Amino acid sequence: MSAESSDLVRIEHVTKTFHRGSEEIHVLSGLDLTVARGEFLALMGPSGSGKSTLLNLIGGLDRATSGSVIIENDRLDELDDRQLAAWRARHVGFVFQFYNLMPVLTAQKNVELPLLLTHLNRRERREHAEIALNAVGLSHRLNHFPRTLSGGEQQRVGIARAIVTDPTLLLCDEPTGDLDRKSGDEVLSLLQSLQENGKTIIMVTHDPHASARASRTVHLDKGQLSTTGPE
Amino acid sequence: MKFLSLIWSSMKRKKLRSVLTLLSIFVAFLLFGILCILKESLTGGVSATDAARLVVRHKVSFIQMLPQGYANRIKTIHGVSLVAHQTWFNGMTKTMDNASDVVVPSFPVDPEIFMKIYPELVLPASQMEAWMSTRTGAVVGKTAADKYKWRIGDHIQLTSPIWQTEAGANSWEFNIVGIYTGAKKNTDLSGFLFRYDYFEEMRGGLDKSMVGWFGVRVDDPQQADAISKRIDDEFANSPWEVKAEPEGAMVQGFIQQFGDIASIIRAVLSMVFFTILLISGNTMSQAVRERFAELGVLKAIGFPNGLVLMLVLGESCTVALLGGLTGLAMAWVFSLGGSPVPNFLPVWYMKPQDIYLGMGFALLLGLVTGAVPAIQAFRLRIAEALRRDA
Repeated sequence: MSAESSDLVRIEHVTKTFHRGSEEIHVLSGLDLTVARGEFLALMGPSGSGKSTLLNLIGGLDRATSGSVIIENDRLDELDDRQLAAWRARHVGFVFQFYNLMPVLTAQKNVELPLLLTHLNRRERREHAEIALNAVGLSHRLNHFPRTLSGGEQQRVGIARAIVTDPTLLLCDEPTGDLDRKSGDEVLSLLQSLQENGKTIIMVTHDPHASARASRTVHLDKGQLSTTGPE
Repeated sequence: MKFLSLIWSSMKRKKLRSVLTLLSIFVAFLLFGILCILKESLTGGVSATDAARLVVRHKVSFIQMLPQGYANRIKTIHGVSLVAHQTWFNGMTKTMDNASDVVVPSFPVDPEIFMKIYPELVLPASQMEAWMSTRTGAVVGKTAADKYKWRIGDHIQLTSPIWQTEAGANSWEFNIVGIYTGAKKNTDLSGFLFRYDYFEEMRGGLDKSMVGWFGVRVDDPQQADAISKRIDDEFANSPWEVKAEPEGAMVQGFIQQFGDIASIIRAVLSMVFFTILLISGNTMSQAVRERFAELGVLKAIGFPNGLVLMLVLGESCTVALLGGLTGLAMAWVFSLGGSPVPNFLPVWYMKPQDIYLGMGFALLLGLVTGAVPAIQAFRLRIAEALRRDA
């Protein structure tokens, strides 16, 4: 198998520029990066280095100013908004720093959210959500609301929501940033086990302890890759 | 359907705010319903009129009497088919708690001819026969019978501050022999009708053989104005000049004494709706602004912009419909209780068209108040929405 065919993510000459009034802010400048299928990549860098912006481009949450983002065989810059939404629903699971769960929904209903976009019926959605929550060790918390869960548990619900559709790619933005060390470790172990089961994971983090769990770490600085390789 | 639970859950986010918003919309539509009932009550008399009927009264005012004998002269006028007289009796009875006197709209009439001119009053044949054979017999509308708990066979007294018997008494004895219903929804059923021959025989004073006004049925409604003119001319320069006009015009003129009711109601409704629109619109906008991050997450996991727009619109429409339909239902229930002032506003019901109009307004309210936040949600950029939460 060639190296190119094993790449799940290909970032080619990507730039991203924001405008603040008349000022142009170049966040990413001609960036190239590939991520292999089954890889657990950590993206590190100081604040403002462009790592979250890069994650947003890979997840189809934002569009590059120039260059191309190719995930499997899909060029994201060629998809319109509706196609991009459908692509995200099929291929990407997101884990956020502050969990971003719906406070009015139980853990199970939160996990079922992405399944509302599928053709699964109510019973099937419930079963899938239970399997996902079981996978993150929360089968006993199905009917709990987020406010009754600890930070670590909320993040695990967030991970269950991200994996419930069995996406190709898992994108995590500072998944341990709001957690204590013990809960953070549990979440990282969970991500590692997901990688071992074949998931491709890209994780933005400030924390060297977290990046140490990744199979590869890249550093971003001022919109450019500065170093690449294992920590 | 699967998204309904999501909409419902969103409404439970801030329960107090949702309840207050629902309550404000509920009150607005309750008011809308009651104003519709009131409008129908005030203007329904016009739609209840018969185009083939004229009212002939004294030229100066309704309270001036006319000779009963005018009936025969009116009947000879070309185009007139039937003539019946009525007189305001101003009968009074006690309220159910015996605490005060209330006026019952009561009139001495010639039963046979009167019921022919007013066919919308439906009286069973057996009760009509009983009325014809009972000198002190009276028939009452169903609304009045229900209100005062009068039943056929009851012997009752009415007192009249206007009419005394020859013996000088204000108290008049009657036997209830019939209860009439209405052929139409808006038929006035608050009346009390009794025999003119009994009234004429018993009453004292100087007004013997004088009556209040005449109801006239014409052969051709198209000729109503021309016939009215002929009747006016017939009695011109007599001691009792008359004013004849179609029944609808007379009722309309009576209503206009209260001002332009429809315009007043429209103005009040417009102000109420505009206020509710502002309140609901502001609440919806605020609710959506607070949830930009959540909407961003929905979009991130694949909810398309159109679906997010529909969810926000669905929420605003659910709130508006829930509050609106409950308010309309409560107004309808209120109308079933009957008029609180049956003598003044005897017709008291909610037209189905007004209910449908209210439903339409509720949906429109939901769409209008939800439109701006829905468009905001539609345009929301995911990365920006997620940054707001960080």
